[in-house]
Amino acid sequence: MAESLASLNNLLVLSLAFVSGFIIMSVELLGGRILAPYFGSSIFVWGSIITVFMLSLSLGYLFGGKLSLHNPSLKQHGMFFVLAAFLLIPLILFGNQIMEALFLVIEDPRYGSLTVSMLLFFLPTAVLGMIAPYSVRLLVMDSNRSGHVAGTLYFVSTLGSALGTLATSFYLVLWFEVNQILITMGLILFLAGMLAIYSSKSFHEKRAALGHSE
Amino acid sequence: MKNRMNSTMKYWFSNFALLFIAAVFISQEGNAQRGIREIHQERSLYRNIIVTEDSTRRCLRFTITRRTGQNQSCRFLENPQELVFPYAKMTLSSLLVQDNPQRILIIGLGGGTLPEVYHTLFPDAEIIISEIDDAVLSVAEDFFDFEQTDKIKVDIGDGRVYVKRAALRNETFDLVIIDAFNGEYIPEHLMTEEFLEEIRLLLPEDGMLVSNTFSTSRLYDAESQTYHNVFGEIINLRMNNTGNRIVIASMQDLPDLNTLNRRAANYRNRFEIFGMDVTDYPRFMDKEIDWNTEERPLTDQYSPANLLNN
Repeated sequence: MAESLASLNNLLVLSLAFVSGFIIMSVELLGGRILAPYFGSSIFVWGSIITVFMLSLSLGYLFGGKLSLHNPSLKQHGMFFVLAAFLLIPLILFGNQIMEALFLVIEDPRYGSLTVSMLLFFLPTAVLGMIAPYSVRLLVMDSNRSGHVAGTLYFVSTLGSALGTLATSFYLVLWFEVNQILITMGLILFLAGMLAIYSSKSFHEKRAALGHSE
Repeated sequence: MKNRMNSTMKYWFSNFALLFIAAVFISQEGNAQRGIREIHQERSLYRNIIVTEDSTRRCLRFTITRRTGQNQSCRFLENPQELVFPYAKMTLSSLLVQDNPQRILIIGLGGGTLPEVYHTLFPDAEIIISEIDDAVLSVAEDFFDFEQTDKIKVDIGDGRVYVKRAALRNETFDLVIIDAFNGEYIPEHLMTEEFLEEIRLLLPEDGMLVSNTFSTSRLYDAESQTYHNVFGEIINLRMNNTGNRIVIASMQDLPDLNTLNRRAANYRNRFEIFGMDVTDYPRFMDKEIDWNTEERPLTDQYSPANLLNN
């Protein structure tokens, strides 16, 4: 009984991590498409995008880990997803206006693409980065197993990233418009967040039943 | 996610290394059979650039594999003015539609064939070439006698960005030629409605766009529909024995076949030095809508060009 309770909880957290990994890379890949009309497809455009994603993820990891120290809850975890969904809205609605404005101000396409990437991708990606370390905190019941838990979590979320890259570059861009994909990603994030918030109470009851001290 | 880059990079490096070694072996074997030797090879930020030579011609290519039609540009050693490729001659024949351009923008340098030809025909015209890869420029200079002068200038950067900036500066070009290839196909952001709209901003009342593309694949419908949406009537130039096609779009009404034939007869002598009989071309200049007009046009939001090409 205890085992099945734990595995249900784990499944939820791991599925959420998979979703966030998938969406991070899907958005990153679309980033190249989004910037190309204004900054081209020169190598430094990809350089800017990857830099910004790595930077925002690194800060997200740091901040997410820090937040997990105090009263970690699945509810707060779900809020990250909802917040990330809302942070995608400026990219969808005002992406072109923002790029247009910066294209006029910054002549050098290297710094133009870097600045635009910061404005469009930094916040949603940083929030998505908070999910991984926070998930570890939600999964770890026993410090001896923390390495194993972290390993499983990275496995699942990076697998999500791999599939997100593949699905987007092979199929999604063939079937849908860029904004349709982004809106869908936003909706998935929102629904995943609501699911986490909704499940929070039972999640923590199960955890308590398993004898973990909160 | 932390280790994402590390593992991805290792994966790619190992696979690239294997592919590269295999490809070098295959290409050397194939080249040896045809008496082609590699006289230069370099890896730029964007591609492999290879210069090959046999007894009659020197060629530039962007891939190492032996797939046909992968030469980007070739010229004869004996008579460098004579054009090797049908597509170059087809591009040139677009002058029957609109002659005497004084400012010309060419997107994609290659071996520098087109700029040289247009400079020969119109020595006073200002020719600007937008090329993304500075290694292509140095190869054109070192191996294809390309030279920048006060009339022929190269801007290193992305063609889309060049067009956008030129429009902001209110520049105009009587002739814009899209000749951009990345070794695979035309870069996706240079095929969209939005890009063609931006080019339109550069064209004066009698301006003309000439685009070098292909006539095969599912992309034919999507590409044609895209040009049609932006320019209305277009001329489709396709010829036997080549998969190339040239799309000609003008800001004016397009001339009819009689006019084209009459001009061709007049221009015949001018074009002879390039090894072409221009009177052969008008009958292949087709204004008919022969594509599926239901096909989704290419836009910045939807441009899976290379995927459609498969």
